[in-house]
Amino acid sequence: MSGVNISDLNVGEALPERSHTATNVSLFLYNAAIWNPHRIHYDEPYTTNVEKHPGVVIDGPLQGDWLNQVVVNWMGESGTLIQFNYSNRRASYLGETLTSGGAITAIDTDAGLVDMEIYIKNENGDVITPGTAQVKIS
Amino acid sequence: MMKASSVLRAAAAIRYCLEEETVLSELISAEAKSWIGREAEPIRVEVSRRDIVKYSIATEQRQEKYLRGDEAPSMFMFGALRPVVPMDTLGPDGIAAESFLPDLPLKRVMAGGTEMTFHRPVKPGDVLIATRSLHDLIEKQGKSGPLIFVVQILRVETEAGELVLEEKQTRIFR
Repeated sequence: MSGVNISDLNVGEALPERSHTATNVSLFLYNAAIWNPHRIHYDEPYTTNVEKHPGVVIDGPLQGDWLNQVVVNWMGESGTLIQFNYSNRRASYLGETLTSGGAITAIDTDAGLVDMEIYIKNENGDVITPGTAQVKIS
Repeated sequence: MMKASSVLRAAAAIRYCLEEETVLSELISAEAKSWIGREAEPIRVEVSRRDIVKYSIATEQRQEKYLRGDEAPSMFMFGALRPVVPMDTLGPDGIAAESFLPDLPLKRVMAGGTEMTFHRPVKPGDVLIATRSLHDLIEKQGKSGPLIFVVQILRVETEAGELVLEEKQTRIFR
C-alpha cells in the first residue's frame, strides 16, 4: 500500500475509483456474514412480486462498506479513519455495476486532518450513495 | 415599520405552521414520544477472527490485515450487532421483529443515513458492549406523504469501558 503524505495532497484531488458488480454469490455471502435474512437480497420472485422492486436489492450497508474502502484503501497505513458518514439515496439492483470514488475537500496540515467527499455512482453516473469522511494522517 | 399586509402574511404563515404542527404531531403519539432517550438492553459481542475474515471476503476488502482477520473493517460492527433471534420470530419478509421501537403509524422502512466516529480499531478477541438509545423521532412532510425519522445513537465500548465507536443512525418510516 503506497503511503500518503499530507503535504503532497491538494484540495480537489480525486481518490481512485473502483467498480463493484455484486453477484448472487457475493450478495448471499454478505448477507450470511451480517446475518441478514431479509428476502429482498436473495429471493427474486418475492422481491419483485411482494416488495415490488425491479430486482434483487444490493444492500445499502454493503455500498456503505465499498464507500468506506475508497478511503481506507487510498490511505493504507498512512493514517486512521476518524469520521465516516453516508446516506443511501437510491436503491440499486443485482446486475448493476457500481463505481465508488471520491475527492479531497479540505486539508488541515497542522492538525493532520483531511476531509473528503465520497460517492457510489450507478451506470448512468448518478450518485446513489453520497458520503463524507475525515482521516488523520500520521 | 411593517406594513399591514406583511403582518397579515406573517400571521397566516404562523397559523399555517401551527396547523401543520398540530396535524403532524398526531402522527407520533405521546406514548411513542416517551420512548425518546430510552436505552435498549446492551448487547455483548465476542469478536472472532473467523467472523472478520468472512466479512472481509464478502465485502471484497483489499488489505491483508482485514483478509487475515487481524483487524475488523470499519463497517464490521454493523453486521456483528444485527439481531440473532429464533427462526419463529422472523416475519414473512425474513426480518426479525423489532422490540426496541415504539408503535409508529408508518410501517415501511428505508435506510436513511449514518454518521460514525471511530475511536479504536476492533480486533479478534475483543469483547464489546453495544448500547443503543432512541435519540429522536422527527416528523417531516415528504413529496409522497408524511415521514417519520427514527434517530438512534449506538455506543460501542470494550468490557473495560474503553470507547470504540459512536454511531448516529437514521431510519425513515413512510
